[in-house]
Amino acid sequence: MKEWVDIVLIAIVVANLMLLVSSRLAACIRIVAVQGIAAGILPLVMHPSEIGLEMLAFSGCSIILKGVVFPWLLSRVLREGNVRREVEAFVSFSSSVIVGVICTGLAFWITRRLPLPVTVLSPLIIPVSFATIFIGLFVITSRVQAMTQVLGYLVLENGIYVTGMAFLVQQPVVVELGILLDIFVAVFVMGIAIFHISREFDHIDTQQLSKLRDN
Amino acid sequence: MRLALLFLIPFLGGACAFIIRNNGLRRGMFLAACFMHLSLTASVWIVRPVGIFNGWLVLDAIGTLFLGVTSLLFFIAGLYALEYLKREDVHPQSDEEEGFMFMNAPEAVFTGCLLMFLASMTLVTMCQHFGLLWVGMELTTLVSAPLIYFHRHHRSLEATWKYLVICSVGIALALLGNIFLAIASLDAGGKAVPLLVRTLIDQAGIMSLPWLKVAFIFFLVGYGTKMGLAPLHTWLPDAHSESPSVVSALLSGALLNCAFLSILRIYQVCAAARLEPFCDGLFIIFGLLSMAFAALFILRQADYKRMLAYSSVEHMGILVFGIGIGGQAVFGSMFHVINHSLAKAMLFLLAGNVLAVFRTKLSGQVKGMIRVIPVTGALLFTGFFAVSGMPPFGVFVSKFIIVNGAFTRGRIWAGACFLAILAAIFIGMVTTILRMVQGEPEDKESGRSPEPFLRVFPPAVLCAMLFILGVYMPAFLYRVLNEAARALGGGF
Repeated sequence: MKEWVDIVLIAIVVANLMLLVSSRLAACIRIVAVQGIAAGILPLVMHPSEIGLEMLAFSGCSIILKGVVFPWLLSRVLREGNVRREVEAFVSFSSSVIVGVICTGLAFWITRRLPLPVTVLSPLIIPVSFATIFIGLFVITSRVQAMTQVLGYLVLENGIYVTGMAFLVQQPVVVELGILLDIFVAVFVMGIAIFHISREFDHIDTQQLSKLRDN
Repeated sequence: MRLALLFLIPFLGGACAFIIRNNGLRRGMFLAACFMHLSLTASVWIVRPVGIFNGWLVLDAIGTLFLGVTSLLFFIAGLYALEYLKREDVHPQSDEEEGFMFMNAPEAVFTGCLLMFLASMTLVTMCQHFGLLWVGMELTTLVSAPLIYFHRHHRSLEATWKYLVICSVGIALALLGNIFLAIASLDAGGKAVPLLVRTLIDQAGIMSLPWLKVAFIFFLVGYGTKMGLAPLHTWLPDAHSESPSVVSALLSGALLNCAFLSILRIYQVCAAARLEPFCDGLFIIFGLLSMAFAALFILRQADYKRMLAYSSVEHMGILVFGIGIGGQAVFGSMFHVINHSLAKAMLFLLAGNVLAVFRTKLSGQVKGMIRVIPVTGALLFTGFFAVSGMPPFGVFVSKFIIVNGAFTRGRIWAGACFLAILAAIFIGMVTTILRMVQGEPEDKESGRSPEPFLRVFPPAVLCAMLFILGVYMPAFLYRVLNEAARALGGGF
């Protein structure tokens, strides 16, 4: 199963980099959805021997939520809010990719100096999880539109989720479901907020959200 | 049983509020839920209930203290909210600052979210499991976001968006802290232990210290964002100045405390693992930094609601500073939680009164309050003195205990910085407030404005409580405060 784990992890990295070069919001939503599905599959391929009802139910929930519900919700906002469809960034796409590669490299470098308390199944998993967190934070800060900030938030969450997997941190099911529920409500509330922003300002640039400041 | 009810009453009440059509009925239900919550909390203060769900939900002294503050504040703010909602029940409203017309969010949504907000904060005060604590904290962000966007216009929308994104990202970092904490708690055999505060304190001797340190930093940064510690406080002035005054009062008086409580939970574990010097150093630095930032912005602040928001940043700094000093200052910090919440809630409610009459948030355009709205003016004046630490109010006592602790424990420089910053903030706040209260009103013909009972009674109650706490410490309160301080390695 080790090859499968690596394939899933590589899919997550590729999704990271594709997100940085995609110029259309709809494509970005799809990329993040695919990444969410990959992250949801990860526990199943990592511990095939431990697959039980609990694990299947949890994985199923997270795949449906991240792969189906979120993209549907966000595309709906995109459609109904009459939002501009192109990604606008403070940092150009080519520089973004360079930053993405640097983030990934940095993640590998950090992992090599980290004293690990546990043995991990694949040497790729920890660097991949850190790289995903870094890129999520980068997307949140470097993109102009509110929609891309939500996508960045989701990438960040995916990264944290994979980190939990990497270190075999098994939270009780109640907590895992609670976290999923919170993320769901977060995306839902942010979606509503984006809808209002697009109506109020006719676009979803967060640059316009700069009225409140100290004089 | 009582623990479950404490959560379920506001939760189910909130759910009902979304369905009830009749405004009067909904407001009555809202106040009844707040009152039941307060009575249950009082019973919890008298006899503490046993934990439920395998010790996941337990009220210890710290939790009881924070629950008490939250519940009390909610009831008092609830009284104010009745009058506020009546005042706001006019469509469409015109904006105070820019004069355009806008609609309010439906009152059902507002009331429902308020009760959900109470439920989520109650959950946070009871949580002993770090994972569940995280779920509760994120929930507080999500249910309070619609409250900030009650007035549907572009400024409140901007504030809501910043609040949502900054706090969600901050709290996501705290989730990462949870994972690192779990790694730290893996014992040599790689066996996981449940992430309960009690269990981890017992296991502290065999935890991996480097990972625990990393976990603490992530918790501090993550929940510190929510708590408004500088330089992570950027959402706070916007959200507090743009939300309705009732909501600002609750954000400042209750929500920030909950974030503080979450940081205290990880601190309990770190202290048991003998990481106190490391944590205390960070607390003192973050504390003084927050106070200094706040002083800088208070001194040249034209907007009085933003000024109050920065004052919250200052007081959050004081709270973590007290914990960092240790000893009696921890007791001072616990006491300061109550005092700050009462004082700040009072001031935000009064700021709402000023805004309603003068229709501006610029302190330069508010003059002669004592002529136009004498009760609010007098209370606001008293409140400003109370919050900046003048005797005979409670804030003075708690600040004094903290600074006295700093000097007796040999932190001379930290204590000196603390006093210098407090002096600067005092000057900044008092010059502003004196200008607002005194002088001739710009519109001399208008005369006195009416001040409905429910607009001034709740802040007056808060003011009276602050005064009582300044001159007399009830024995039951002292017991809980000291027990909480002892759980944090300090106290008398």
